[in-house]
Amino acid sequence: MTTTDAAAPAVPAADDAREPVLSVRDMRVWYGTERGPVRAVDGVSFDVRPGETLGLVGESGCGKSTLGRGVLGLTPPGSAVDGEVLLRGTNLVELTPKELQKRRGPELGLIFQEPMTRLNPLMKISEQFEETLRTHEKGLSKQEIRERSLEALRGMGIPPSRYENYPHEFSGGMRQRIMIALALVLRPAFVVADEPTTALDVLVEAQIIKILADLRKNFDTALVLITHNLGIVAEACDRVAVMYAGHIVEQGDSREVFANPQHPYTKELLRSTISLSTTGLHYIPGSPPDLGNPPEGCRFHPRCPVAMRGCAVVEPPEVRLRSGVRSTCWHQAIEVDPSLADELGTDGREPLAAVKEISVADEA
Amino acid sequence: MSKQSGSLRRYILTRIALAVPMVFILLVLVFVMMRVAPGDPIAASQGGKLSAVELAARRHAAGFDRPLYVQFWEYLKSVGTLNFGTTFSDNLSVRDVIIQRGGATLSLSLGALLVAIVIGVPVGLLAGRFRDRGIDVTGRLFAIVTYAAPAFVLGLLAQLAFGANGLGLLPTSGQSSLLVGLNVPTTTHILILDAAIAGDWSAVGDIAQHLVLPSVTLGLIIVGVFIRMIRVNVIQTLQGDYVEAARARGIKETAVVTRHAFRNALVPVVTVLGLQVAMLLGGSVLTEKTFNWPGIGQALITYINARDYAAVQGIVTVFALVVVVISMLIDFVNALIDPRVRY
Repeated sequence: MTTTDAAAPAVPAADDAREPVLSVRDMRVWYGTERGPVRAVDGVSFDVRPGETLGLVGESGCGKSTLGRGVLGLTPPGSAVDGEVLLRGTNLVELTPKELQKRRGPELGLIFQEPMTRLNPLMKISEQFEETLRTHEKGLSKQEIRERSLEALRGMGIPPSRYENYPHEFSGGMRQRIMIALALVLRPAFVVADEPTTALDVLVEAQIIKILADLRKNFDTALVLITHNLGIVAEACDRVAVMYAGHIVEQGDSREVFANPQHPYTKELLRSTISLSTTGLHYIPGSPPDLGNPPEGCRFHPRCPVAMRGCAVVEPPEVRLRSGVRSTCWHQAIEVDPSLADELGTDGREPLAAVKEISVADEA
Repeated sequence: MSKQSGSLRRYILTRIALAVPMVFILLVLVFVMMRVAPGDPIAASQGGKLSAVELAARRHAAGFDRPLYVQFWEYLKSVGTLNFGTTFSDNLSVRDVIIQRGGATLSLSLGALLVAIVIGVPVGLLAGRFRDRGIDVTGRLFAIVTYAAPAFVLGLLAQLAFGANGLGLLPTSGQSSLLVGLNVPTTTHILILDAAIAGDWSAVGDIAQHLVLPSVTLGLIIVGVFIRMIRVNVIQTLQGDYVEAARARGIKETAVVTRHAFRNALVPVVTVLGLQVAMLLGGSVLTEKTFNWPGIGQALITYINARDYAAVQGIVTVFALVVVVISMLIDFVNALIDPRVRY
């Protein structure tokens, strides 16, 4: 996908000054299915800098988790990853499984959604820490392992007296914190947190978000936070990327995106948010497309309230707006560069909804 | 930790306490089952051979004309003292029959279990790990064929192949050569142990050779269950959340597979294993018959055919008790492996 720059980057230069920890370019993830390959992630590009948190939002089934796992090389058997995933200059996609395994833990971390099932039920907490530390830092003494583990646990508010307990002796919130401690005990520079608070109550949720915020403050960890909760993104993320059907449709400074959403999908998503002041429920009709057979043109056009005829035919380019936000929608593309309208052809800018209504009326 | 061993001890004590009503219910069931059959044991075994007067006298002597609750009390006492009376058909002590024949069945069952574990566990683990590859396809085929083959077919095939008419490698009948069996002094009633205790190593070798074919035959019949079950468990645990989490921490693949997937996959197998042992004790009749093995299964069939209720009641009672004890042992083992069970 090509990016058309609208103007000089409006993003402050200081933000771009630090080299990204992770730089993803045109990444694709395929799943092999009986009906043929499914492109769960289709040409995604983003950067994450040290100490920065990127929120990744979108409906279920848009490829957010696949993207997170794809970065760590943890996609299931029968899938393929393509493109560039540069971790401080090394392309992870080209590494052997063995080399990837060595990087997971000390350089790449993954925090999961389900706290109840992510710890091995037959191993004490101490054993799981010992295993993790021994694998990556050979030559640590038993005492050092214990100190490192207890320190990581203390950071998560788990008392040392619980070190020899089994996972089932902890509550869901505690297990989640233990799992995070386990993922972070090696201080990875880049962490994916895949809906880390979905299964937890609001108080624990706040705790976890606080822990993640401390993490980047104290250790300069680069974080990708996958979530359904737009409130968390507004609260905890520097930048946000909105995913739809395997594409990132809009990304930019999270305050800017929330205050001034550009892509119709982002707008609809924000309108669907429930808050205490919500009076009526809004939702986006339909569901994300079947990625084995995605729609022509813009993948969002069948559900888009402002779709044009051309949207159903030609895929929109990604454009960079004056605010620094990047959006992948014909409306913004034409706004930024009116000459692009030619690609939509004559009648391309007629509203698609009206076209549909006429054809329905004709059939009736 | 003291807290955990404490809860383990409590778990074991609770489990033993729970076994008491279970045993009582089983005893009631066995007792009732023996009485609901039409007629009584004496009439069943001696009917037609004796006159009505003689029959009544025999019935009185055996106590079958007393009220049921008295008979039940007598039965409970016989179980409590582990003295099950005398067989009607051949006037042996039921207890001696059970001990002598039980030893043979026990050695056959343990031999079969050993075969099933030695073959089943590695094949099941590898089949699950390398799903749909050569080892998996072969293992599954092997499992289904051995599971489907009746004991006497496998047994006869084994006898033909390895016996005197085939390769002549292994004996095909009995627990030992005749003279060997007679010369081993009896201590435990498990022949191979007795020979080892007596220090007669050539006898041990002879008995071990006799054990091979029956054990393999019986072991192959149950190995299919192990293979299929372990395979499915491995496939499931390999897709499990904690396995993925371990991979995400960069744990080496071999450690992920063995420490995380295999260990968890084997937990439910312990339960099945115990149930299989219980089944083996009673269900090895066909194998015992094929190899002329002097086990308790064969004895039970003989006594059932002879309508010898005293013997049948004694043997069935012991079976029931053995099943209770085994299921209790399984629970203990499970509690030791899986900390969640203790709660």
